[in-house]
Amino acid sequence: MERFGFAISKGRQIDYDANSRHIAGYISEREPSFRVCIECGCCAATCTTGNFTSFSLRELHILLKRGENESVRENIKKCMLCGKCTLVCPRGVNTRNVVTLARQAFQKFPADAV
Amino acid sequence: MEKHVVVIGGGVAGMEAAGHLQKSGFRVSLFEKEEKPGGHLNDWYKLFPDRRRSSEVKEYLDKITSEDGIKIITGSIIDKIVSDKNQFRISDKDGKEYSADAVIIATGFDLFKSERKEEYGYGIYDNVITSADLEKMFRSGSIELADGRIPETVGIVHCVGSRDEKVGNLYCSKLCCVTAVKQAIEIREHLPSSKVFCFYMDMRMGGAYYEELYREAQEEWGVNFIRGKVSEVSEAINNKLVIKSEDTLAGKPLKMQVDMLVLMAGMEMSEGGLKLSESSGLNKGNNRFFSPADHHFGSNKSNIKGIFYAGTCTMPMNITETISHARAAVSDVIDYLKDSKA
Repeated sequence: MERFGFAISKGRQIDYDANSRHIAGYISEREPSFRVCIECGCCAATCTTGNFTSFSLRELHILLKRGENESVRENIKKCMLCGKCTLVCPRGVNTRNVVTLARQAFQKFPADAV
Repeated sequence: MEKHVVVIGGGVAGMEAAGHLQKSGFRVSLFEKEEKPGGHLNDWYKLFPDRRRSSEVKEYLDKITSEDGIKIITGSIIDKIVSDKNQFRISDKDGKEYSADAVIIATGFDLFKSERKEEYGYGIYDNVITSADLEKMFRSGSIELADGRIPETVGIVHCVGSRDEKVGNLYCSKLCCVTAVKQAIEIREHLPSSKVFCFYMDMRMGGAYYEELYREAQEEWGVNFIRGKVSEVSEAINNKLVIKSEDTLAGKPLKMQVDMLVLMAGMEMSEGGLKLSESSGLNKGNNRFFSPADHHFGSNKSNIKGIFYAGTCTMPMNITETISHARAAVSDVIDYLKDSKA
C-alpha cells in the first residue's frame, strides 16, 4: 500500500559534538600512524576496489575521524587487504592495519557503529 | 666624510639593516614610531619552527644596534621623504627634518584587523581572539576564557584576511599556517586535556621544518585538522561558540561547538608604509605592499634611486627571510653610495 504523509529528511550535516569517535580512538591507539594522514588520496587512487566500486579509503578515514561511523561500517568490508595503499602512502600510514583495526572495532563495539 | 643612512622602522628588518650599515662604516639613524624598537617581535612568545623564545632574537638585534654610530630615535613617525640632488630630506609628523645620503624603508606590516571579518565575531563574542591575543596569553602564562575558565576545546581559523577577495586581499600571508600549527601545539602543551581543531583551506607549510612541525602536531599532540573555511560563528546559550564549516574532505557540512576560537590574522601593508608611499611617490603593488623595482633581482630597490626596502613592507616574510632581505638592502646601499658622487 502506498504510504502518504510527511517525512523528515535526515540532515547531511556532521554534528561533531553528537557523534562518537570511539572507533577512531580505538584505531589511533593501536595504530598511531592513523593520526598523520593528510587526506591526499593516494591510497584511494591506487585501490583496485576503488576502481570498480564506490570505495575510498581516504573518505572512510575522514568519516571515522568525524565519527560518521554508520557510513563506514558496511563499506569498509569491501577492502581486499591487498596493501597497495600502504605502499603508496607518503606519510607512512599503515593503511592496511587501519582497515583491519576498524573492522575489529566495529565488531567489538556495535553500539558505536551508529 | 662618513655617509649617513636613515632607516625607517625599528622592527626586525630595520634593526638588522641598521646593525649591518654600522658594521659597513656608515653613520645610521634608526627611526621607530613606538617607544621602543623591536616591532612585532615584542608581542610574540615563541617562534616557529623551532619554538625558540622571540626575546632571544630581540636580544641579538638590541646588541647589534647598541653600537656607536647608530642613533635610535623612538616615538618618531616619519611621514615624508624628499629626494634632492643625491640627498634625502626626511621629515617626521612634527615637522622635524633630517638629511641622509640613502634611505632604507623597513616599515613592516600590520596584522589584518579581524573585526573586518564580522562573521567570525571578533569584538562581538568574548572568546573569539586573534593569534596575536593568544601570543599575549602564552607570554602571561595563562590561557583563559573571558570568565576565567580554562578552555577545553579550541578552534583555530586559518586565512583570516588572507586569500579573501571580500577584504581585498588576494594574496597568501604565508606564515599563518605554520603559526596556527605552532600555537595548536602550544595550546596542547599548556592545556594537556584540551582538544584543538584547525580549520584550513590549504596547509601551506613551505618553509624549512614547517611540514615536520605539522606532522608533529598530528602525531605527538593529536591536533585535529579540518579542511574547510569557517563560514560563520555564533554564540550558543551555554556561551560556547558554534562553528559552521564544510568538511570538504568528507564532502559534508559540519557544525561543532568550541570554547575558544583563535583567528589567524594575516599580514597587510602597514598604515605607516601606506602613508609614506602616498606622500613620497613610492610605488605600491596590487597587494598594497611596496612594489620593488624588480621581483627577481631588485627586491630591495624602490622606484626612487637611493631609497631601498627591507623586510615585510614588500611582502609577507618570516624572520629568517626578513633578516636576509635586510642584509641584502645594506648591500644595495653600499653599491649605491660607492657609485654616487654625493
